[in-house]
Amino acid sequence: MNGLELLTWARGPGLALALGICVFGVILRSVEILALGRKPDLAPARAVTPGSGWRTIFSRSLPPPGMLRRAPLTYLGGYVFHLGFAVTLFFFVPHIELIRGVLGLSWPGLPNSLIDAATIAAILAMIALLIGRLVDPVKRLLSGGGDWLAWALTFAPLATGYAAYHHWFENYALTLALHILSIELLLALLPFTKLFHVVSLFMARWYNGDIAGRKGVAT
Amino acid sequence: MQHPDNHALNVVLAEAGLSRRDFLGFCATLAAAYALPASSVGAIAAALEKAPRASVIWLSFQECTGCTESLTRSHAPSVEGLILEQISLDYHHTLQAASGAAAERARDAAMRANAGKYLLVVDGSIPLGNAGYSTIAGLSNLDMLKEAAQGAAAVIAVGTCAAYGGLPAADPNPTGAVAVSAIVKDKPVINVPGCPPIPVVITGVLAHFLTFGTLPELDDLGRPKIFYGESIHDRCYRRPFYDQGKFADTFDDEGARKGWCLFKLGCKGPVTYNACATTKWNNGVSFPIQSGHGCLGCSEPGFWDMGPFYQALSMPATPVQKTVAGAAAAGAAVGVAVAFANRGKKAAAKAAHQAVKVEDLEKKS
Repeated sequence: MNGLELLTWARGPGLALALGICVFGVILRSVEILALGRKPDLAPARAVTPGSGWRTIFSRSLPPPGMLRRAPLTYLGGYVFHLGFAVTLFFFVPHIELIRGVLGLSWPGLPNSLIDAATIAAILAMIALLIGRLVDPVKRLLSGGGDWLAWALTFAPLATGYAAYHHWFENYALTLALHILSIELLLALLPFTKLFHVVSLFMARWYNGDIAGRKGVAT
Repeated sequence: MQHPDNHALNVVLAEAGLSRRDFLGFCATLAAAYALPASSVGAIAAALEKAPRASVIWLSFQECTGCTESLTRSHAPSVEGLILEQISLDYHHTLQAASGAAAERARDAAMRANAGKYLLVVDGSIPLGNAGYSTIAGLSNLDMLKEAAQGAAAVIAVGTCAAYGGLPAADPNPTGAVAVSAIVKDKPVINVPGCPPIPVVITGVLAHFLTFGTLPELDDLGRPKIFYGESIHDRCYRRPFYDQGKFADTFDDEGARKGWCLFKLGCKGPVTYNACATTKWNNGVSFPIQSGHGCLGCSEPGFWDMGPFYQALSMPATPVQKTVAGAAAAGAAVGVAVAFANRGKKAAAKAAHQAVKVEDLEKKS
């Protein structure tokens, strides 16, 4: 199998398999989490605070007072990585074409130079976050295999995509195939690793914001 | 036009109405293409002038004659055409005057007279499924290829069918078509893919053989690096539009009229290695992208099965919706099953819960 055949496999059966596993896992875990339920809160709400759950989804992305100074790398690195990754993922024209091919949705893309800058920013932020995690004794103690796996699964598509776009290796089709395969690995493992926060974060934040609102500490 | 075996090139040039300057220009192009110093132009010219006419046997198997059409449609009299005058094309279905037994005798005679020295050119794929799928003079393609390859100095697989199986080998490959390289293992095989290949690429490879007596450096797919070393995308004049994010969305929108990038319309230029964007076609007039159509990737193995021609390279090569819908339904079903199992566990845990009273805790054992 040469690079182009691998690429065609990755674009065809590989993609279907990865998307299938991803969707299967996301729905399975979501249904499982939601069906666990909570015991009914029999106490009357301390305050009527509509929208506390929804606001919390956003407010939890902001650092609590003083935390930005105490952990600048965690916050700034996190912001730069997530924004860079999102810009690269959603505004690179070939990516938009993929989404159009699967979902039929599309929107205007950005010039490649901007995507390039966003990718570099995301890669550098990820490297900085990894070094921070390795150097800080507390973070290192808190880190388990799942954390390192999540980092590697996320870093691989960025690195291979960058290498493919810039033709770092002679065999472009193979590099592109590896890029797509790395994303497929990410998709397949997303529901079963810490990367599931892509989905669960919204439920968890909404629930926390809502229950906190009922207890009188609304966002 | 008949030429003596050791004819002088200047006679051929004069007959063709071309100057020596034209010929040296071709030699200089070749030298540049092969990354040779300018001083080698004279050596190339001298070698081509002195070269005895190499015998070439051209076999056509499962093919459409497009490769031959491409070669002969080079504008006459072209310098490429002249190079063809340098060879003795002893057997070629389409171009030879003889037919039937006479044609086959010509092939036998050429193979015997030039044993070990002739160049074997093949266009078309070889069916392995049933010998009767494609025969010539009662011989299966497989037998004829094996027989002719035995005495060849080298084999040139012209066109994507000969190089990689091409259209006949496309899914579901009803004839069991294979490439020349799948049969010929003990001779150098050089692939000159394309559907069809560019005439100058075919003649360039022949000229290399005539000049140096060797075949040019090949890539990992057996193609000469000088012509297949760079992708269409990297040499495309529309590349700046790709980088700027300017694309044609349809074949007749403003972007198409302005000549923007054809990636969204399915151009396979990024993964296709060929010289179209540099040497172009019809004597350098144009190439597909220049005339407004994306590259189909015709010089790559399995290009027929690389997904729809008119969908972007990043789009799924085969539909994924059904798989995803099935996976979603399965996920929901398993999720509900797991939810019931969890409820059962919760209920069991609740049932197994032992009520503990304060008095129990205070009991002294």
